[in-house]
Amino acid sequence: MSPQTRAVESWTLQPLTDFVREASVRLVLVLTPSGQVLAQSGFSRAVDVMSAAALAAAIVASTGELARQLRQQPFAALSHQGPKTGFFLATFVAERGTLAVLAVYDLDVSSLGLVQLFYEQLAADLKVASPKGTVPKQVLAADFERELTDSLNTLFGR
Amino acid sequence: MSKTLDLVTRVRGVRGAMLVSAEDGLVVAEQLMEGIKGPAVAALAASLAGRLRRAMDAAGTGGAVFWHLQAEQGALLVVPGSGLLVVAVAEPDVNIGLVRLELLRAAETVI
Repeated sequence: MSPQTRAVESWTLQPLTDFVREASVRLVLVLTPSGQVLAQSGFSRAVDVMSAAALAAAIVASTGELARQLRQQPFAALSHQGPKTGFFLATFVAERGTLAVLAVYDLDVSSLGLVQLFYEQLAADLKVASPKGTVPKQVLAADFERELTDSLNTLFGR
Repeated sequence: MSKTLDLVTRVRGVRGAMLVSAEDGLVVAEQLMEGIKGPAVAALAASLAGRLRRAMDAAGTGGAVFWHLQAEQGALLVVPGSGLLVVAVAEPDVNIGLVRLELLRAAETVI
């Protein structure tokens, strides 16, 4: 297991570890559409996780609204490629609820095709591993800061 | 592009042919028999092509012109070009020389 891969919800850990190894991605977040992080790989600073999660959640929300205005189903995946780095953001529905995966990859070690291919496996594995018959815990505004701190401590092994 | 792939798939023993974007590993065009996972073959072949290119650069041999991976139940044959790969999936006993010729011809028309 990569020491840089950590999970708040342990059922996400093995599928995420496999995805990171097979797709050769540099950074990954598994999160809810509201920005709650379930697992991360490759991040070294809590502030980066918070920023990436907030931005990914915003993209999921804005593209979801765009699809709604176009009277379409929400977009399944979004890909953005720069000269050296690409990112891939996709959502799927599991027992745990809708989950989003944000993956950042370097073009000299991976590709969109590889990330798409192994993302499908990741989504399938997470659907199988997702706890059945449980209602996701709601985070109250009053508890938000403590929950966030606890999650970040878990994600960075503190 | 369909006509280009016809050049390859008309060879007896070829089970499918694809044009693959070398940079992102996505299928550009394909003619595949049922049971061949085109997107998976494309992604992995492009990844392999990138690694082979770096290995050959490091070895000072120049870029690959053709590669052939033989397995028990089939073969993967690839002509890498600038930006695109021409890929064939074939039976194990296919006429490799003929497939190579048609892959090179196909590559000339599209690359």
